[in-house]
Amino acid sequence: MQWGSLTEFWAMGGYGLYVWTSFGASALCMVWEVLAVWRRHAAAASRDVS
Amino acid sequence: MSFTGINWFKYSSPQAFHPLAGRMIPWFSAAALVLIGVGLYIGFFVAPTDFQQGDAYRIIFVHVPAAWMSMFLYVIMAAWAGLGLGLNARPSFMMAQAIAPTGAMFTFLALLTGSMWGKPTWGAWWVWDARLTSELILLFQYIGIILLRASIDDLRRADRASAVFALVGVVNVPIIYFSVRWWNTLHQGASVSMTASPKMAATMVTAMLVMTLGFWMYSIAVTLARMRCVIVERERQPAWGKNASIQEVAEAR
Amino acid sequence: MSQPSMWEALRGVVRRDLLLAMRHRSDVAMSVFFVVIVASLFPLGVGPEPTVLRMIGPGVLWVTALLACLLSLGRLFTADYLDGVLEQMLLIPQPLVVLVVGKVFAHWVFSGLPVVLLSPLLGLQFGLGGDSLGVLTLSLLLGTPTLSMIGAIGAALTLGLRGSGFLVALLVLPLFVPVLIFGAGAVTSSLAGIGSEANLSLLGACFLLSLAFAPWATAVALRIALE
Repeated sequence: MQWGSLTEFWAMGGYGLYVWTSFGASALCMVWEVLAVWRRHAAAASRDVS
Repeated sequence: MSFTGINWFKYSSPQAFHPLAGRMIPWFSAAALVLIGVGLYIGFFVAPTDFQQGDAYRIIFVHVPAAWMSMFLYVIMAAWAGLGLGLNARPSFMMAQAIAPTGAMFTFLALLTGSMWGKPTWGAWWVWDARLTSELILLFQYIGIILLRASIDDLRRADRASAVFALVGVVNVPIIYFSVRWWNTLHQGASVSMTASPKMAATMVTAMLVMTLGFWMYSIAVTLARMRCVIVERERQPAWGKNASIQEVAEAR
Repeated sequence: MSQPSMWEALRGVVRRDLLLAMRHRSDVAMSVFFVVIVASLFPLGVGPEPTVLRMIGPGVLWVTALLACLLSLGRLFTADYLDGVLEQMLLIPQPLVVLVVGKVFAHWVFSGLPVVLLSPLLGLQFGLGGDSLGVLTLSLLLGTPTLSMIGAIGAALTLGLRGSGFLVALLVLPLFVPVLIFGAGAVTSSLAGIGSEANLSLLGACFLLSLAFAPWATAVALRIALE
């Protein structure tokens, strides 16, 4: 464990902005994709029944 | 046509594949969550700080897996497309259709995280490096395939036309990679090399590989889920309805 | 009645397409003027500095040639598709690839060749001279048929689709990148005095590669479009 405190972890040795943007954007894209597929399936299935 | 006791061809029909995919998705999703969790833990808490790049290097734990996935997925998509063209198999085309958006997303992420890594390391958001350029062209090809499919109303033509373009693109990307490398040796100005990466600690490699595996599982889960959407959506097509003539159904297959 | 050989079929297609193009000479003139105008706009936009012009010249001329090829791709199959001739052509006993090669060649004669012939003049506008003018012409001579062949794949895939103009650009431009790199690279390296042989031979390799695969892919795409 190399992080003394939570602020140190967030700072990422001064590169926090870059690191957290990368990981944040990736997480956002993947979550968004899952939601989009989920909604697409729901929409397709509901129209299928009607 | 049985193969080690199991009738694999049974699952090549969309109606049989739909429930099978439904059973498989939770397992792959769980595997993805666990692997990405473990990968992030190793990446952030076990892997040491790089003495040259500081903590900015940790971006590679998402950048490299995303870049690898973007290329793997393209090759797999093209393989399904080729199989579809060769065997005239509709499910193969549907697989290719299901893979494309995920591949495009990973390509976009690879470019975004690449520039996030490039800014602190090289001092520039974008460099005309061979890998970055071919990744950009890969994104254009993904978008081209998705748009080509979207602008053709006839499903059979949409399947086949996008398959042909996917296959042409497989030849194009390596050519672009090597041509940009060659081009860079000519223009010595921007001689930032991405290949001269510092030696990586074993834990760094482990984190990267675990993350890649996690992304694989994620891709499989999302692709299967999208495949289910595609199956349901296509069942609503006229050729699949109960009133369709035999000839129409035969054509659709 | 004896069947015409592949060679005769090829000649027939080329002659027919050339004749048709001759009757629409204004189309040809348009693509030539397009190249001239676009190439003349760049110095006006960038400034008349000779060193800058010489630096950007090869790239600008190559991108212009690329765009001219792209804009003329709509003519390749569309007219024959709309009046139903293309459907009849699929029924000829000779391989479809032969027909594709013939049509692409005729297309190149009226879209690529004028650009090649004009390129020394355009090169002068950008202050290229001597060897590099020759290399520019030679690189375009090798590169524009390649562009036509690759473009034919895109034209066949998007045949008859709505918004096919933009779509064909989106599909085809990524495939043009290697040709652009080697073509402009050949001229740049001859300007730098490194020698352009390597780039030109790579351009030749692109030509051969697309000659081997592109007509075949185009034929497949045409069959898909007309099914």
